[in-house]
Amino acid sequence: MFNYLFSFDTGIIGYLVFLITSVALYGLFSLGLNLQWGYTGLINFGHVAFMTVGAYSTTLLSLAGVPLLVAVPIGAMLAALLGLLMGFSTLRLREDYLAIVTIGVSELVRLVALNEGWLTKGAFGVQSFPLPLENFRPTVATRIGMVAVITVIFGLALWKLGRRFLHQLRGAKNLQKQMVAIGSGLLVLLGIRLWLVSAIALYNFRSSPAANGLLFVSLITVAIVFWALERVVKSPWGRVLKAIREDEEVAKALGKNVFAYKLQSLMLGGFIAGIAGAFFAWQLSTVYPTNFEPLVTFQAWIIMILGGAGNNAGTLLGAGIYWAYTALTRDLERLPIAADQVGALRIMVIGLILMVLMIWRPQGVLGNKDELTLGK
Amino acid sequence: MTDLSKSPMPVLSATGLMKSFGGVKAVNDASIEVAQGSITGLIGPNGAGKTTLFNLLSNFIEPDQGRVLFDGEPIERLRPYQIAQRGLTRTFQVARVLSRLSVMDNMLLAAQQQTGEKFWSTWFLPGRIAQEERDARDRALEILESVGLAAKANDYAGALSGGQRKLLEIARALMTRPKLILLDEPAAGVNPTLIKQICEYITYWNRQGLTFLVIEHNMDVIMSICDRVWVLAEGKNLAEGTPAEIQTNSQVLEAYLGK
Repeated sequence: MFNYLFSFDTGIIGYLVFLITSVALYGLFSLGLNLQWGYTGLINFGHVAFMTVGAYSTTLLSLAGVPLLVAVPIGAMLAALLGLLMGFSTLRLREDYLAIVTIGVSELVRLVALNEGWLTKGAFGVQSFPLPLENFRPTVATRIGMVAVITVIFGLALWKLGRRFLHQLRGAKNLQKQMVAIGSGLLVLLGIRLWLVSAIALYNFRSSPAANGLLFVSLITVAIVFWALERVVKSPWGRVLKAIREDEEVAKALGKNVFAYKLQSLMLGGFIAGIAGAFFAWQLSTVYPTNFEPLVTFQAWIIMILGGAGNNAGTLLGAGIYWAYTALTRDLERLPIAADQVGALRIMVIGLILMVLMIWRPQGVLGNKDELTLGK
Repeated sequence: MTDLSKSPMPVLSATGLMKSFGGVKAVNDASIEVAQGSITGLIGPNGAGKTTLFNLLSNFIEPDQGRVLFDGEPIERLRPYQIAQRGLTRTFQVARVLSRLSVMDNMLLAAQQQTGEKFWSTWFLPGRIAQEERDARDRALEILESVGLAAKANDYAGALSGGQRKLLEIARALMTRPKLILLDEPAAGVNPTLIKQICEYITYWNRQGLTFLVIEHNMDVIMSICDRVWVLAEGKNLAEGTPAEIQTNSQVLEAYLGK
């Protein structure tokens, strides 16, 4: 376990690069869900459908010779289009029905991918499609430039986290608050460690071009999407979404076209999940329909609830916690029990963590507790 | 006989409204008229269909039959948000504030025709949006000050007391710059001092040119602020007249007190 924190061994760095990429990709995926549920209050249990569409569109288009920079936006737009179709048929339904229909749609999309072999190659899977930057052989100057770019991204994130840490440290009067302050201090240190790892990986780009290229592209993408989302949720547009989350009848009474806004939220969330789908496919490097089971949707729900729904930074932190948990519980495989039992145990423990969290901090790690004490 | 002294042209007139829920005729051929610049009251015993009538006027519930003219144009086929955009704003019987939004955000949300509420303009017209936000904020503070909520502007609306929520809801309705406000029991569950205040606010804004249609059970409120009163019983019109006429109308007394 301490290897993850201190070792600069190539294997460890390779694994950490995989973890950082996973955090970015699942963070991206969950940001889409957070827009829909955290900000708009739409219960989407079929979020993986957008990812499926994004993954298949991007890989199939790029196999047909379409450049990745074109294929990804097309995939994301097709995912948004699925959001439009889903929205038109379901958004007039009450929340719980919406949940059931969305889970149905996601299974429908997966079954189409499984059975329409002429298009999706079915159970055989989509294989050997182009990956971003896999044939890129950057010069020293370019590599230093790439390191500089991720330094800016990590720098901004750590600066925000650090300020929060200092702020909490000053206000820490009781034990719980001191714990939270210490926690964010440790997060800053962990962030510095991850920045170092990323910088080393990018500097030694050639050690594994596909993995390092994916790391670079995913970090940039998640940074841009985060910035853009923060901007829109703080705009008057985002204010309408939050109003719909709180009470859509009030939004209607104040002249807001609730249906249109829900549709836009579902589509934008779908668009983001579609981009995440491309990254998912690239990380897997082979795409099978079984990669897109409903479980993936619920991983996004876990991430969002862990970090704090209605909070974009919290969602990214949730993705970090989820993958840190996954990495740390890998050691459980050394226990003298069968592999499938270890898998079940890991899921049980994360369920337990969620339960404890719901009791101790129901708003999620970064959520705002004051909000929960409010009457309706 | 029904001389609408302030203006000959009603801002709202509904005729022949019908709505059944299953076999129950909640509103059965009811009509109502609100004169421009008036405070019109709508009273009736519990279950008379007053709130349903409000829902029909604002189309939160679609009428089975009937016609609603607002500002001379039919609105009974419009969606609720379109009706609100035209300047007919309703409030709810139990105050509905957006709990996890600040009091200020509750107000800002109510501003109409905001450039920033269109997704793409967030990206292409930031200057204009910032300007509109500043203007809306000033206006919102002004209204909040007038109802004594300015100090709470940055609190969560969910942290307000029941009476303050009532005030916020009325303030929020004002923020839409409406031509007509439908108030559903503004004095319900509110202490007597605040009731008096709410009445003062309503008459104050009425003098500023705003028209009100008010459902209220508190007869003192109705008698002190209304120009005209419509009485509904069992989904039908029972009477209509000045407060003084209604007070002495034997049918109305019968409906309320029984024979």
